Amino acid sequence: MENANHQKELLNQAGLEMMSLCISQLEKATEAYLNNDVDLAEEVIYTEAHVNALDIYIEKNCERYMALYTPVATDLRFVIAILKINIDLERIGDHAYGISKYVVEDETKTPEHLIKVLQFEKMHATIRDMFEDIMDAFENENVKSARKVFKKDKILDAINSEAFSVIEAEIKKDTGIIGKALQLSSIIKKYERVGDLIKNIAEEIIFYKKAELIKHKGNKK
Amino acid sequence: MELVAEKNTKNFTMNKESEQESKTKISIKNARVWYGDFEAVKGISMDIKPNSVTAFIGPSGCGKSTFLRLFNRMNDYIDGFRMEGKIKIDGTNIYNKKIHVEELRKEVGMVFQKPNPFPKSIYENVAYGLKIQGISDKKVLDSRVEKALRQADLWEEVKDDLKKSALALSGGQQQRLCIARTLAVEPSIILMDEPTSALDPISTAKIENLIFGLKEKYTIIIVTHNMQQASRISDYTAFFYIGELVEYSKTKTLFTKPEKKRTENYITGRFG
Repeated sequence: MENANHQKELLNQAGLEMMSLCISQLEKATEAYLNNDVDLAEEVIYTEAHVNALDIYIEKNCERYMALYTPVATDLRFVIAILKINIDLERIGDHAYGISKYVVEDETKTPEHLIKVLQFEKMHATIRDMFEDIMDAFENENVKSARKVFKKDKILDAINSEAFSVIEAEIKKDTGIIGKALQLSSIIKKYERVGDLIKNIAEEIIFYKKAELIKHKGNKK
Repeated sequence: MELVAEKNTKNFTMNKESEQESKTKISIKNARVWYGDFEAVKGISMDIKPNSVTAFIGPSGCGKSTFLRLFNRMNDYIDGFRMEGKIKIDGTNIYNKKIHVEELRKEVGMVFQKPNPFPKSIYENVAYGLKIQGISDKKVLDSRVEKALRQADLWEEVKDDLKKSALALSGGQQQRLCIARTLAVEPSIILMDEPTSALDPISTAKIENLIFGLKEKYTIIIVTHNMQQASRISDYTAFFYIGELVEYSKTKTLFTKPEKKRTENYITGRFG
């Protein structure tokens, strides 16, 4: 049993490492985008290989843990949760990679007023906040923190749904910003997806700790 | 089935029908067992559903085998054995003084941990119980032996060698032969006390498949130390600890979301 517990702890550590890494990747990608920092964007692109390697490492070890220790109850929920959280985190990593690619491919800075009217900084702050909640939920098995993200995700959804008409209006005012506006629109969509992925992670943590399936349910408070 | 003296048979049949409607094959009320001063089973109540597989799990010495052996009164001859409470099979109290224990055991067959064929031919092993029942017609015996061997998934392997000594069979085949011997007398309940713990994985898989097929016609109760076996083959699982029933629920619930922390600690291997 010691061995099974040890393997479970290793998986938990790898999951935490994956979470820190992907949060850092998105944070750096956003910083690179806001500051037009090509070097930082290159770093994110370079580090994507590490994310992929860790993704494979976790997947393989989940498979091994299930095959060798045939977990049940809380142990089974743990490994299912890790497996699914890993997929979500890897996708967050992909979004960070995508944003960084924009920075490298187009070195011009996005007009400040666009960032402002599209409330991108509010989105960024919300995502950061959600990352903090989810990190606490994962690290300390804190279901309360996990539940906080559902409400915050609605802020992202609202900004995203308004984005289309805001961009349309801005383009009508100045057609010279079309390229940058579409690029930012795409990043906002990525951010909205990241919000959904954080929500999925919260659902998995709640499933692991409470044996409670809450996905596809309206009220998650 | 005729567990009691002939004059009570009619009553018993009526009970049987009403019990089946309420879907209880075995009803246990506050069963307590002592061996001398030692209380091995401490007041257990539970209902066992018909045509299902119920697994009893728990650490060694938790009373699960003692509890299982109550259902065919196998504990009766153990020194110092004393029992309180009621156990009804199809509505009949099997500890009633009018009960014929031999009749009860026709109804409640048992398969043990170690295959225990008689040192006789394969045919004689399966026909043994039938002959005791007084069946002597060769045609009837042949047909019942073949039926039981087929049910136990052994017929194809032994049909040309029925006169061969049962002891020449492999361990897995011997265990299936013991199951055939049990099935031949057409019980409605089969008790299995760690039936695969002495078998290799292939033989174990055959027995497990067999159990799965048999539950259509029989009520099966299996004591097992192999938790994966319990989760693979049973519909209901009961977890015992120090003579008490800690948790009893559908297997899919007990192995995914056990209600009691003690159950979770046991099934996840953290017990102790």
